[in-house]
Amino acid sequence: MLEQIEGSQAVARTVAMCRPEVICAYPISPQTHIVEGLSRLVKAGELRPCEFVNVESEYAAMSVAIGASATGARSYTATASQGLLYMAEALYNASGLGLPIVMTVANRALGAPINIWNDHSDSMSQRDSGWIQLYVESNQEAVDVHLQAFRIAETLSLPVMVCMDGFILTHAVERVELPEPEQVDAFLPPYEPRQLLDPAEPMTIGAMVGPEAYTEVRYLAHYKQMQALDVIPEVAAAFEQRFGRSSGGLLRSYRSDDAETIVVALGSVLGTIEDVIDELRDQGVSIGALGIRTFRPWPSEEVRSALEHAKRVIVVEKALSIGIGGIVSQNVHGALEGTAVTIHTAIAGLGGRPITKSSLRRLFADGIAGELTGTTFVDLDHSLVDGESERMMQTRRSGPHAENMLRDVGIVGAGPV
Amino acid sequence: MTATRLKYFQTGSFAAGNRLVNPESRSVQSGAERANAITCGHRACQGCGEALGARYALDAAMRATGGDLIAANATGCLEVFSTPYPESSWQLPWIHSLFGNAAAVSTGIAAALRAKGNTHTRVVGQGGDGGTVDIGFACLSGMFERDDDVLFICYDNEAYMNTGVQRSGATPPAAFTTTTQAVGEEPGAPWGQGKSAPLIALAHEIPYVATATIADLRDLEAKVQRAMSIRGARYIHVLVTCPLGWGTPSSDSLRVARLAVETGIFPVWEGAYGDVTAVTKIRHRLPVEDYLQAQTRFRHLFKPRRRDALIERVQARADRNIRRFGLIDPVEYDPVALHVEGGS
Repeated sequence: MLEQIEGSQAVARTVAMCRPEVICAYPISPQTHIVEGLSRLVKAGELRPCEFVNVESEYAAMSVAIGASATGARSYTATASQGLLYMAEALYNASGLGLPIVMTVANRALGAPINIWNDHSDSMSQRDSGWIQLYVESNQEAVDVHLQAFRIAETLSLPVMVCMDGFILTHAVERVELPEPEQVDAFLPPYEPRQLLDPAEPMTIGAMVGPEAYTEVRYLAHYKQMQALDVIPEVAAAFEQRFGRSSGGLLRSYRSDDAETIVVALGSVLGTIEDVIDELRDQGVSIGALGIRTFRPWPSEEVRSALEHAKRVIVVEKALSIGIGGIVSQNVHGALEGTAVTIHTAIAGLGGRPITKSSLRRLFADGIAGELTGTTFVDLDHSLVDGESERMMQTRRSGPHAENMLRDVGIVGAGPV
Repeated sequence: MTATRLKYFQTGSFAAGNRLVNPESRSVQSGAERANAITCGHRACQGCGEALGARYALDAAMRATGGDLIAANATGCLEVFSTPYPESSWQLPWIHSLFGNAAAVSTGIAAALRAKGNTHTRVVGQGGDGGTVDIGFACLSGMFERDDDVLFICYDNEAYMNTGVQRSGATPPAAFTTTTQAVGEEPGAPWGQGKSAPLIALAHEIPYVATATIADLRDLEAKVQRAMSIRGARYIHVLVTCPLGWGTPSSDSLRVARLAVETGIFPVWEGAYGDVTAVTKIRHRLPVEDYLQAQTRFRHLFKPRRRDALIERVQARADRNIRRFGLIDPVEYDPVALHVEGGS
């Protein structure tokens, strides 16, 4: 059914149709509307049987999900930003134990400085946690990919993170086709784990493993996640067959088959990028885009075949690996090893800074003109950083950057100049 | 001629295997049908109080539930010595997730059971003092305040023994640990620090809180059984000795635990909904010195020179426990008081 609906509410309704048996929730912006929506559905009796547990931290949220999933219950939670970091230890545990928990990450920046707005710093920081990471471009895709996420997770016995841009998607009200419950039931069979905590068949889960077998356990974790490169397209195909729309999968190419320049990105910014590409195509520029829908496992071969014919690739990413630069671009470099493709890294949209069409036009033009070098910080305010850079030249004990910059612009309470 | 009344302590006691009590009152461990929830062959040290406490507690819980039980375990000695790859001592469904989340994992198990309409399977969470009173405390408090249907058992040996005897929030003042060495003006663990997890548990006004020790295993069994007869969040805090960390011979584990009780160092009580409802009286009160001298972790209080001021501070703590919990009936003969007044 087509509805004009907020992204979070659409996700909440969709998750409810997946019949999770345990939902644990801890508030953090911008994911909160999702669990609020689910709480209402559980409390009103529209989603049952389901236990909605208001926990005391994200660490507990993931831990409750671990206990519930190990007991055979379909388990769901949602988080963002600091919350994802706070549950980091439990994330690795959930994947190590092979528990098919599904979690929405409403992507948000990480502090300090505290910042509630969107970028991908949070989920990118957990790219090695053993979770499958799916990134969605629109609220329609968020709905569709959540349905697929439970099926992927339970097929592989691996946890899945559905990453959707905080505020940009979670709080956007737009037209979304919500599935019918019967369709969902037909697409997603009940969760039947191979092993679980059951007094009828006592089993030890989470035993210690030493050097004699730890490598083998990790190898198998990697092997299993790589199998997702087959399972994810299969589930996307099954979804398309049943629901009649294409969503999810590993990658999505946009006007890139013959493109000299291909822009690589994840999430909602792809919409803006595609608009700019349309305009540039009208002007005769050979440019296209590649959307990364599955970031973990990394579809290296698919990325290679999607990009290897290009002259240059511009990776636009909303996260920064401090000390090296781009994160997605490192992965793209790996996929294109041995090819002649030039790869540029553009860090954009950190902490919610809008990525505008004019900025992208400038970036793409610079890339095509061969003027991009190293890592580009899109729309960086040089005047703001120059003062601080100078101070750092004068003394290494220069203090925190954010506070120094506040002082430079004369904010009251920022301390003596 | 005056008849002397003899008191046979053995009769009517609840020692394991005691054949003098009627069969229904015998301990779980003395029965052939015990669950052996944690079975032999594990790697605990000889004389490990935690292994003993866990065995009695879980077998009692198994009997109370007819074996319909799931356990979640925090990281720590109990987890490490019971599940060295590829072996496991656990004869019940058992999960280890992390150091600090055993209570939350237990909550998740209980929530899953409830969602599935399973009202018969019960859940026990367990951990050492580090996993309970320190790193696991937020999850534990959350489980308590939500009144989740979980019994959490803390096996408290008063330090991080698994990592090599470091101080925890349950380490008593003056105790030597590898992070509170016996050097300086006030050797050992600092004074004025640490917390009483059972009293904090009680403050959550949950349906059942109890303390116990491995010195009275029948009491521990009875408390686990009582806890399993109740729904909601429950907590049992068991003092367990550690030969390695406390510096006691393996053969002294029960004796030292008994000294902790008899000196008033460790008060044994039960509570419900915020109030202490019962205490175990001290039968033969002993000075704390007897307890301290039995352990090398307190050796610096006596060697190379006696530190009377510090010993008195420990005694004052025990005295406060005795007053606070009413561990001795006021009319009873009090040898320690006389001993102190006599100045010997």
